[in-house]
Amino acid sequence: MLEKILLLLSLSLSVAEGLCKPGVGEAYKVRFSIKTALGDQAYPWNKNEMFLFRAALAFAMRDFTNGEEFGVSDIHPCNETQRVSFWFVVTRPNTMDLVDKGTVEMAIKKSRNRINGAFLLTDKTLEFDGIYPTLAAPVSPDTPPWLIVFGVVMGAVSVGIIALLVYPLVQRKLKKNMDADDEDSDEETGVKTAENGANDGIYNSTFSDDERFTQM
Amino acid sequence: MKLKLPNPGLDDRIPSHEDLERMETEEAGDRPKWDNKAQYLLTCVGFCVGLGNVWRFPYLCQSHGGGAFMIPFLILLVLEGIPLLHLEFAIGQRLRKGSVGVWRAINPYLTGVGIASLLVSFLVGMYYNTIMAWIMWYLFNSFQDPLPWSQCPLNANSTGLVAECARSTTVDYFWYRETLNTSAAIDDSGGLQWWMVLALFAAWTLLYVCCIRGIETSGKAVYITSTLPYFVLTIFLIRGLTLKGSTEGIKYLFTPDVDELMNPQTWLDAGAQVFYSFSLAFGGLISFSSYNSVHNNCEQDAVLISIINGCTSVYSATVIYSIIGFRATQKFDECQGDNILHLINAFDYPETSITIDNYDQVLTSLNQTNPDIIQGLPLKTCDIQNLLSQGVEGTGLAFIVFTEAIIKMPVSPLWAVLFFIMLFCLGLSTMFGNIEGVVVPLQDLRVLPQTWPKEVFTGLTCLISFALGLIFTLRSGNYWLALFDNFAGSIPLLIIGFCEMFAVIYIYGIDRFNKDIEFMVGHKPNIFWQATWRVISPLLMIFILIFYFVTQVTKDLTYLVWDEEAASFPILEARPYPSWIYAIIFILAGIPSLAIPIFALFKFFQRKCCKDKSYKDHPVDTISAKIEMNGKAKF
Repeated sequence: MLEKILLLLSLSLSVAEGLCKPGVGEAYKVRFSIKTALGDQAYPWNKNEMFLFRAALAFAMRDFTNGEEFGVSDIHPCNETQRVSFWFVVTRPNTMDLVDKGTVEMAIKKSRNRINGAFLLTDKTLEFDGIYPTLAAPVSPDTPPWLIVFGVVMGAVSVGIIALLVYPLVQRKLKKNMDADDEDSDEETGVKTAENGANDGIYNSTFSDDERFTQM
Repeated sequence: MKLKLPNPGLDDRIPSHEDLERMETEEAGDRPKWDNKAQYLLTCVGFCVGLGNVWRFPYLCQSHGGGAFMIPFLILLVLEGIPLLHLEFAIGQRLRKGSVGVWRAINPYLTGVGIASLLVSFLVGMYYNTIMAWIMWYLFNSFQDPLPWSQCPLNANSTGLVAECARSTTVDYFWYRETLNTSAAIDDSGGLQWWMVLALFAAWTLLYVCCIRGIETSGKAVYITSTLPYFVLTIFLIRGLTLKGSTEGIKYLFTPDVDELMNPQTWLDAGAQVFYSFSLAFGGLISFSSYNSVHNNCEQDAVLISIINGCTSVYSATVIYSIIGFRATQKFDECQGDNILHLINAFDYPETSITIDNYDQVLTSLNQTNPDIIQGLPLKTCDIQNLLSQGVEGTGLAFIVFTEAIIKMPVSPLWAVLFFIMLFCLGLSTMFGNIEGVVVPLQDLRVLPQTWPKEVFTGLTCLISFALGLIFTLRSGNYWLALFDNFAGSIPLLIIGFCEMFAVIYIYGIDRFNKDIEFMVGHKPNIFWQATWRVISPLLMIFILIFYFVTQVTKDLTYLVWDEEAASFPILEARPYPSWIYAIIFILAGIPSLAIPIFALFKFFQRKCCKDKSYKDHPVDTISAKIEMNGKAKF
């Protein structure tokens, strides 16, 4: 029994290896640029990472086809290089039928962010040859920010202009009031006669500073 | 040369030394005064130090032999700049009037010189404030992260970037399309761009609020506008020196190439740069120094301001080129990085196998083993010298090259805000001088009633300049501005500068001028000033004028257009001007220059045909005019 299973497995493996031919048919090329993306924190590429890739892709296929039970064994990589790039094909679960390129492409596009996230990479550092990332539109807020700054500056400038234009007018008014006060006080220092209501004479203080003896 | 042209009636037109002493001791209420010496110096420094120091001088320095350019620059600074500056300061301080008043007082036939200054100040102010509007637009747009010129917008069906942006760069696109929305030719005027109109309105109203009462208000503003640029330049220098590649830029700037000294174009450019950099012949400096006290040491001021101006040029060139070096190194690294990526993708080498250092070796060895694959790859030649020499002059420097450098720096919005505030302050303090050079002559000419307050004069100037400046907010506005820059602000200034010098030395009289300076400063100007004023500077001015004129006239009149359909896109293409532009060029350059002889003729005919009315400063010479009435006594 065990030998039969082993035989079947090896057979399927060899068939699968025959399925995955670079550049032919339904195969896609993948390229990882881990050192570019992560620098010092780059993880080494090994069989475990490859397993994660196959699992992520199987998830993408399941998600897109809504339930078809794709497994890790349905993703067949080949031609792995030092670059960390390889080709892969996808087969339908439990069969050797290749899934066509279009379906694979749409599945990858749908779950691109999840696949990127699993590897801590981006659209640029985890490339699928032939599948272009959908571009994120630049964020444009409702009010352009420049209009807000413009409004603030214009507000400050208008306040400044009004203040500078009004200030001398206000000053002139204050001065006029002060002049009017001066005129009132003039009346007081005018000649005080009996008619004007003064009973005493005005004490002329000019001579009050005189000492009994004039200074030499 | 003791040449002196006859000038009758001069003493009646100008205040005598005794009058000046009297005006000094009593309060001359109607004429504005500086609050302190620092205000005056800051205003003059602000007027002289402008955008040209930041974006014209570094380019000239680098393109004319780097460190070797300092030699013609310094020589011409000493022989041309300082004497002319001293002359303008001294004559303004002595005659205590704005530019029209000064030349009319020297000789009524010379009124045209003042009027030419007025016209040039007006035309230059119009387009200079448009550059301020562009700076404000960029400043307003710097308060967001990510900066709007760091991304390309998507095209209509979101499949890719807009073609125009993808073929050029994000900063080019933001400048030519989203800011200017430029058309492909100067005759294709397009419509007014509303956002540009708003920015222009903001620029003029802000200028109005600072200049509203002349130096009373602008004198307060210069404390900030003249000092802030130095702080920002220092911050940028410190930041720049910590970035990778900055020393490359500085080395590129200052590497001397002594052969350039043999090229006459180098000397011509140095002379023109000194002349324009000092903002001479605009009339603003004469006005500013007329508000000084009579015994102010104008000689010291002239030397001090010249030194500050020269040092600022060199300092800002260093700062600019440190950032340029950073940008060039970044672009070179990106370019090489792309090439390396192509190679390792094609040959499936591990990621770190090819670096920038061994790229060339690997490429040559691969070219020998697999030449056909190498041919098929889109490899670019990355040349750092080429990147360092890219478009680093004028608006291209500020709005394309520097903005690109800023988006590569961390915390980009902060650097963008700082940079554009610095440019704004540099330009605003220059505009103060321009407005002074327009408003004060207008008041002197008595075109409008004298009783109108200064606010109205300033307001009218700003309003009319704004209305006429709307031409620069059209889609072809950038081309109009280049036209104005080339023709309105070049030849007329040289002619006016020469006439000023000739008028003071030979019509006013060098002897009288020497005595005036001795009265004001305390000692007669020494042999250096005598030699430069009488011979050296006028000769230099004539040379520069003739050579400039000849080069302008002989070269083909073309302008650079941004045209998506052009073959050389995204590089600007040179196209010839349409024929009606020649009329405009004549108006821009010819009318201010011709104002000088035209007004001389006008005065001549006025004298001949009307009654002989000689202009006198003291109309009635009676005793009661001389007694001061004490306004405080009341009866």
